[in-house]
Amino acid sequence: MGIQELTYLLQGLLWTLFLTVIGFVGGILFGIVVAVLRVSPSPWLRIPMICWIGVFQGTPLLMQLFVAYFGLPLLGFNFPAWAAVSVALTAHASAFLGEIWRGAIQAVPSGQSEAANALGLPGWSRMVDVVMPQAFKLSLPATVGFLVQLLKGTSLAAIVGFIELTRAGTIVSNQIYKPLLVFGVVGALYCAMCWPLSLWGRRLEQRMAAGAAK
Amino acid sequence: MREIDVTRTHDSASRAFPKEAAPMIEMRQVEKFYGPFHALKGIDFSVTKGEKIVLCGPSGSGKSTLIRCINHLEPIASGEIVVAGHRLSDSQDAVDAVRREVGMVFQQFNLFPHKTVLENCILAPMRVRKLSRAEAEETARKYLERVRIGDQAAKYPAQLSGGQQQRVAIARALCMEPKAMLFDEPTSALDPEMVKEVLDTMVSLARDGMTMICVTHEMGFARQVADRVIFMADGEIVEENAPDAFFSNPRHERSRAFLGEILAHH
Ligand SMILES: Nc1ncnc2c1ncn2[C@@H]1O[C@H](COP(=O)(O)OP(=O)(O)OP(=O)(O)O)[C@@H](O)[C@H]1O
Ligand SMILES: [Mg+2]
Repeated sequence: MGIQELTYLLQGLLWTLFLTVIGFVGGILFGIVVAVLRVSPSPWLRIPMICWIGVFQGTPLLMQLFVAYFGLPLLGFNFPAWAAVSVALTAHASAFLGEIWRGAIQAVPSGQSEAANALGLPGWSRMVDVVMPQAFKLSLPATVGFLVQLLKGTSLAAIVGFIELTRAGTIVSNQIYKPLLVFGVVGALYCAMCWPLSLWGRRLEQRMAAGAAK
Repeated sequence: MREIDVTRTHDSASRAFPKEAAPMIEMRQVEKFYGPFHALKGIDFSVTKGEKIVLCGPSGSGKSTLIRCINHLEPIASGEIVVAGHRLSDSQDAVDAVRREVGMVFQQFNLFPHKTVLENCILAPMRVRKLSRAEAEETARKYLERVRIGDQAAKYPAQLSGGQQQRVAIARALCMEPKAMLFDEPTSALDPEMVKEVLDTMVSLARDGMTMICVTHEMGFARQVADRVIFMADGEIVEENAPDAFFSNPRHERSRAFLGEILAHH
């Protein structure tokens, strides 16, 4: 494998990183919205979120990518491929993270909300200052686990013609006939991205545990 | 807004004519249901400024429900609750107005575990009373000193003993400078050796003239500070009496049975 092929793989890696970052950032922002609306007392806010979560958890990511890539142009949106894929990844991540955080919010003991209410804290402060920090800590293992999944899930973007890391690997492998070597490198690159993420998640968990306990 | 002005008038009047002080907390014909279960039946009572009430009764009689209705942690079905001149309703403004006037201390402390003692104490003053951080910290340190725990301000709740945590919870409520305090079995989750430090804190609060409603079975505390003991059973107020009379010569059959039981356990 020469420098040219390696450069090609690294270009694919950049796309993978780019899609991942978009999925993370969009998923986290919209995921917070989904989680907060999902625990709202109003059914008008809650029920649409239940449907949103149901749709994205109940269908394959591959299908969601198809729908975004081929469906959005039909609705008159003229997105470049990366934008369509970003929309799909963001929506997908928002549903999964929203559901993870919904569970975590509801796992915070009710005494915490009662104490916040008894002190007269406004609803937003009860969520932001009291419930969400505790929910975030509870959800950290599941959140990091999902983000690792999402990073690997970006490989599905190849299906709509995206040359991200996995697709770049396939192309190079077909050119130089060394699939073991090429996919070994590709696998190592995925590991190099996922492993620090897991490690960082564990660090954060330990640091938060140390902060709150003895 | 009009109701706030009424209180002010009464406050200044009460200095000249203490006997005519308006009730600090008043409940009239309060009914409360949990689904089909009738938890409070026609509760009627009032607490004047500076009065200390001990509320007791068997498990499930509705003591917690009653005091949780006062700050609207539980909505009521019918009747009327007025706190420091604010009539409680389901409107958020009314609820906020009442919650600014009453502090609450829970059996399980309910401190915020991710915040230090000091942060627990300054959160509500900053968010609700809009104090600056410096002002809020000053108030917090004052009340932490007051419950004799000033040296623990930088610790997290999990680093403190149960008794210390409950004293922090009392300080946290006091930081809002409430006109009345509600206590729901504040010592029953504590190891026996820590009960006294919390009761001492409550006694000193009572001495300073705080209006208090305490759900507790600590009879020593009731005898020492209570102006009145209210005994509940099955969602009703069965007996209201001076503490000495209640403990030595209860009027009602159910009160006698109840006292017999807690005496047997002590
Ligand atoms: N959220 C709820 N839903 C349904 N029933 C409830 C709820 N909270 C309390 N109850 C019922 O209402 C009754 C009164 O409960 P409450 O907690 O006020 O009693 P209590 O006098 O404080 O008892 P304890 O001494 O055990 O704390 C009990 O029978 C209880 O089962
Ligand atoms: Mg109770």
